[in-house]
Amino acid sequence: MRDIKTIGIAGCGTMGAGIAIVAARAGFRTIVFDERAEALEKARKQTQGFFAKSVEKGKLTPTQVDVIMTNLIITTKIDDLAQCDLVIEAVFEDLKVKHALLSALNKVCPAYTIFASNTSTLSITEIAAGSGRDDRVVGMHFCLPAQLMKLVEMSPGIKTSDEVFQAAWTSCLTMGQKPVKTKDNPGFILNYFLVPFNNDAVRLVESGVAEPADIDRAIKVGLGYPMGPLELLDLVGLDTQLLLCEALYGMTNEPRNACPPLVKRMIAAGHLGRKTGRGFYTYKNSTMFGA
Amino acid sequence: MTTCYSIIQTGTNRAFAKDHALIINGGNSPDAMIIFGSEAATALKSIQDLAAKFVVLVELDTECLGTITGETRGLEGSNILGFARFRLGEGEPSNLVELVRQPKTSQSAIDAAKDIFRAAGLQVALCNDFAGRIIDRLVRPYYNAALRRLDEGLASADDLDTTLKLGLGYPEGPISLLERTGLHHHFDASQALFEAYGESAYAPARRARVAKQRQGK
Repeated sequence: MRDIKTIGIAGCGTMGAGIAIVAARAGFRTIVFDERAEALEKARKQTQGFFAKSVEKGKLTPTQVDVIMTNLIITTKIDDLAQCDLVIEAVFEDLKVKHALLSALNKVCPAYTIFASNTSTLSITEIAAGSGRDDRVVGMHFCLPAQLMKLVEMSPGIKTSDEVFQAAWTSCLTMGQKPVKTKDNPGFILNYFLVPFNNDAVRLVESGVAEPADIDRAIKVGLGYPMGPLELLDLVGLDTQLLLCEALYGMTNEPRNACPPLVKRMIAAGHLGRKTGRGFYTYKNSTMFGA
Repeated sequence: MTTCYSIIQTGTNRAFAKDHALIINGGNSPDAMIIFGSEAATALKSIQDLAAKFVVLVELDTECLGTITGETRGLEGSNILGFARFRLGEGEPSNLVELVRQPKTSQSAIDAAKDIFRAAGLQVALCNDFAGRIIDRLVRPYYNAALRRLDEGLASADDLDTTLKLGLGYPEGPISLLERTGLHHHFDASQALFEAYGESAYAPARRARVAKQRQGK
């Protein structure tokens, strides 16, 4: 098995940009691909800002940051990913979009390149089935924000070879992350538990058991969780929760995964959470009211 | 101004030690009253001039407040509120009190109750009178799912716990938490909800059932 030295990131949204920081910071040559030049430019500025703070906090020296930034390459050409030993995709959470990307990558990359998917809800085996190399695809789900969170859920698909999984696992450790192995199950571990938990909290609001602030307080004080489920949903966005519900319910048919009607009503009313200034709580200048 | 209150202790009291501020703050005031313990509902019946009191707080187990006060056409509610300090099995009691109201409970009684608990260093989550109140409704399905997924081999117990701690900032993973506080207690709480709602998410997971069946063997 080839050593992994060059890592590609396909898709430069929030997740992709965060994973790129993790890979480059750990000393990997990192190539970030996105067709949208403006997304790359935005991520480059945010990355510089992030590393400037790392220097301020004494985590990195200016010289180290210079080396990292030299190793961090951005490109709008998918052909540039041909040099990668491992490509981590973080494109839109849709099977067709992921298949289109992976089949294009399959033509560009050498046979040894491993493809990893940052999917949070789709099946690794189903993603792999459209890749043209389904023995070399693994699940590698980073947490948001990736540059700060250590956890990575790693899953093999049905056809993933042991040595490919092991090589990806080792690269994850080298990135300074904490991988955990899970089966290729809908939602892996985190979303499998979190999505229905949050839905249950919405249903308590819906059925008049308690107000959002009382539910959040009960969970935080009673269990020591850092955030209540309704605050968390406001942060994640109700529209995102709907997508997660649809993906998980579609695969599992578990009633707890079904999107509560209140979420759909709130989306229709434009109450998506923090990003629109109102969700279960009302926000002004990102300070919270009503808690 | 803190509301003065008197205290009645009945049966066993799992949630409050003798030196807890809520017990120490109690006096002789006839205006407000807290009834603690497993026989609180019975004790309430022997109290005279209930209606004249500002607020009466009755400690609940898994029962609804309505079983104590009676209910009428969704119009029930008085100066009597239920409460339960959240505690997971044999774990330390939390600082969270679930305060149970009914549709027509008087606002002044609710305010006085919050005042009493806060003065004793507790935080209050107000809720309506549903079985399982807030926390049990949310955590029991989650604990059952975690136990089932462990059986199904989704991941090892350590990896399940690590993932939920690192990924969501939970202070402890579900498997370690349930083993520490008593899986059989989880069975009891979850079974009560399953009987109340009949939803499969509340059906105690196999591991909790096994722990319950091993009790006393």
